[in-house]
Amino acid sequence: MSAPTHVPDGPAQFHVFEEEHHEAGGSTHLGFWIYLMSDCLIFAVLFATYGVLGSSLAGGPGPRDLFSLPLVALNTTLLLISSITYGFAMLAMYEGDQKGTLKWLAITGAFGAGFIAVELYEFAHMIHEGAGPQRSAFLSAFFALVGTHGLHVTFGIVWLTTLMVQVRRRGLIAANQRRISCLSLFWHFLDLVWIGVFTFVYLLGVLR
Amino acid sequence: MAIETVATPETSFLLGRLTWAALPLHEPILVATFAVVAIGGLALVGALSYFRLWGYLWHEWFTSVDHKKIGIMYMVLGLVMLLRGFADAVMMRLQQAWAFNGSEGYLNAHHYDQVFTAHGVIMIFFVAMPFVTGMMNLVMPLQIGARDVAFPFLNNFSFWMTAGGAVIVMASLFVGEFAQTGWLAYPPLSGIDASPYVGVDYYIWGLQVAGVGTTLSGINLVVTIVKMRCPGMTMMRMPVFTWTALCANILIVAIFPVLTATLVLLALDRYIGTNFFTADNGGNPMMFVNLIWIWGHPEVYVLVLPAFGIFSEVTATYCRKPLFGYSSMVYATVCITVLSYIVWLHHFFTMGAGASVNSFFGIASMIISIPTGAKLFNWLFTMYHGRIRYELPMMWTVAFMLTFAIGGMTGVMLAVPPADFVLHNSLFLVAHFHNVIIGGVLFGLFAGIYYWWPKAFGFRLEPFWGKVSFWCWVAGFWVAFTPLYVLGLMGVTRRMRVFDDPDLQIWFLIAALGAALVAIGVAAFLVQIAVSIWKRDELRDTTGDPWDGRTLEWATSSPPPAYNFAFTPVVHGIDAWWDMKSRGYVRPLEGFRPIHMPKSTGSGVILAGLSTVCAMALIWYIWWLAALAFAGVVATAIWHTFNYDRDFDIPAAEVTAVEAARTRLLTRGA
Repeated sequence: MSAPTHVPDGPAQFHVFEEEHHEAGGSTHLGFWIYLMSDCLIFAVLFATYGVLGSSLAGGPGPRDLFSLPLVALNTTLLLISSITYGFAMLAMYEGDQKGTLKWLAITGAFGAGFIAVELYEFAHMIHEGAGPQRSAFLSAFFALVGTHGLHVTFGIVWLTTLMVQVRRRGLIAANQRRISCLSLFWHFLDLVWIGVFTFVYLLGVLR
Repeated sequence: MAIETVATPETSFLLGRLTWAALPLHEPILVATFAVVAIGGLALVGALSYFRLWGYLWHEWFTSVDHKKIGIMYMVLGLVMLLRGFADAVMMRLQQAWAFNGSEGYLNAHHYDQVFTAHGVIMIFFVAMPFVTGMMNLVMPLQIGARDVAFPFLNNFSFWMTAGGAVIVMASLFVGEFAQTGWLAYPPLSGIDASPYVGVDYYIWGLQVAGVGTTLSGINLVVTIVKMRCPGMTMMRMPVFTWTALCANILIVAIFPVLTATLVLLALDRYIGTNFFTADNGGNPMMFVNLIWIWGHPEVYVLVLPAFGIFSEVTATYCRKPLFGYSSMVYATVCITVLSYIVWLHHFFTMGAGASVNSFFGIASMIISIPTGAKLFNWLFTMYHGRIRYELPMMWTVAFMLTFAIGGMTGVMLAVPPADFVLHNSLFLVAHFHNVIIGGVLFGLFAGIYYWWPKAFGFRLEPFWGKVSFWCWVAGFWVAFTPLYVLGLMGVTRRMRVFDDPDLQIWFLIAALGAALVAIGVAAFLVQIAVSIWKRDELRDTTGDPWDGRTLEWATSSPPPAYNFAFTPVVHGIDAWWDMKSRGYVRPLEGFRPIHMPKSTGSGVILAGLSTVCAMALIWYIWWLAALAFAGVVATAIWHTFNYDRDFDIPAAEVTAVEAARTRLLTRGA
């Protein structure tokens, strides 16, 4: 619709008489991209807050005392693999392979759940050691940033489950394909954010 | 006073901290207000039931995904909240004129502090924002030749979230209290230690619920403008109002997430005892101030850019000339959009960030006045040698140019850090931002309301009462705020409840007189609407183009049919409708086809209603209800995604009938 049609000079044409049946949801991808960018700003605020407050330990434990890099390596691996498996789901979807799509989506969800489980274990461990979000501004900022990412992944898993039910019911119709590719954007976006968290919070935290 | 009786409330499982003590029965002003609101509300509910209008409202309005109806609902919300916000303003003017020579005035500190907080919050979030969003919703899709916005359901949902936020803020008037922190709720004052009761929680959750709506509406309108323009409408052929709407919505998407995140962090501090903005355990209150102004400064441009767009449309139409310097207007708008993001620190030069940081932000702030000045000259040059019709929108535009220029200049004064050190938090600042927000945003909205009213409703607004309103508003504004400039230069700080120095009283009395004049202006505006509805047959617009307009919204009927345009227009230049008229455009009378449109849905109302319940439960610590309502939100959202049947076709016969009715109207009017 938005492409300007060339109109010759002379008696001008002022209307489109043949109604183009523009596909429903043709704007969804752009809209979802813009949503992701707005979400990115939420993470930007949380990163900035961590940047400002990350060294305010208030006499409490610091990154070096708390972070276990092997655990984070496991976590990161789980999430990165889930991104790859989501890619396989997309490929299966493009081939019209409903079974394959569902299989890869399920595997992706399982890796996502694994990531959440490890994160919850890490949080529980820290809180148990007296390093909860109330202990210092550093820990407040840490839990807010990592926790918000975790909430996003959780939400992604809920969405993914819903979508699997919908694909099973209606197949890979255009609306479902659109939804799967939006969730794909969302999932890879969370992966990117996690790479930021991994580098900025964990690696730099332990190096410092 | 309320604060002592409820400072340490016992919390019960069933009702959280909600007790009988939450009802402000000891505040006669609030009891009287409640009585009036209750009687008025009951009368309204009674009338709607008596005339059996609930079904009509539900099917035709509340669940509608039609951008025009949603736009009108936003405007109604804005108008209702304007009355509330303005009542707060009058109360403050009265208190400050009164509380001299040992008098305490008539408002205690607890009440007065809520009044000035609520005034700011309501005027920005629930008056200016709904008015601006409503105007963009109503007009912009018509201007780009579209049939609806990109995400019609989301549009409905956004409106109801904004309305939900307004309900939350209004509820605080009668149940509990509102924040007493000023409109941006700086910590540590807004922290749990200094503000233990529900006021700040009302503030947080009211803004969070409304903020979700605003963000989604911003995404929606950006995508609409980018993807849904009719053939031929390139970016540089878009009407200037659409351009300003694009920039304003890009800003919304770029800033409201910051507000959301910041308020979440404040809520975490208050609810679970984190230390983001606390004064101890490593927290940093200035981080909040930085973040909130990264949202807050661009926010004023979200409001004023669409107003600039309105003035541009109005000036071109009522001067019968193409807008002078269209492309410079577009570039100026884009410049302001970008610059507005890098000036936030000028709100707190006194933080002590050092000379170089302050210089950067001071200079950046001053630079914004350059594109803004360019716009002013564009409007002036459009008027130059134009055949100006001084109808109300043009009168508002001229009043805006005079008023806003002065507001802009006092703004540049405040952008000079050394001057700001003197004027910071003084009444000079209060006068400045009212000067630009009333003189810019509100005057623009009034111009726009008069200009587009016939498009929305099919009849014009009656001009006499509009002119009464105009003169009272403009004169009243200056009488009310000039004294504040003077007082500010004398060093009087903002938000004061009582005064010691009797010499100051005369200025506050003059300001109160100005507020009274504005009150007449507000009343005259309401009378104008009432009289216009009464005389709507005389004021009927049969042409769809009452002002000899230039842009596409005037190409269709007033009010437009549900589908806006029977055939999608094709555009060949700036001022598309003017171009069509001057090239002998003939309206097509046959060959109509079915039109594909989105279906109405009640999901938006339900989702926003549940979100509002969830927010109220969080405010009152009713955890079970919050959890239940949140689960309801998630379940409803998922349930909504299982509905794949969201569109329908308006049959060709119906389109033909609607268009034939318009043909009859046009021939009768001619």
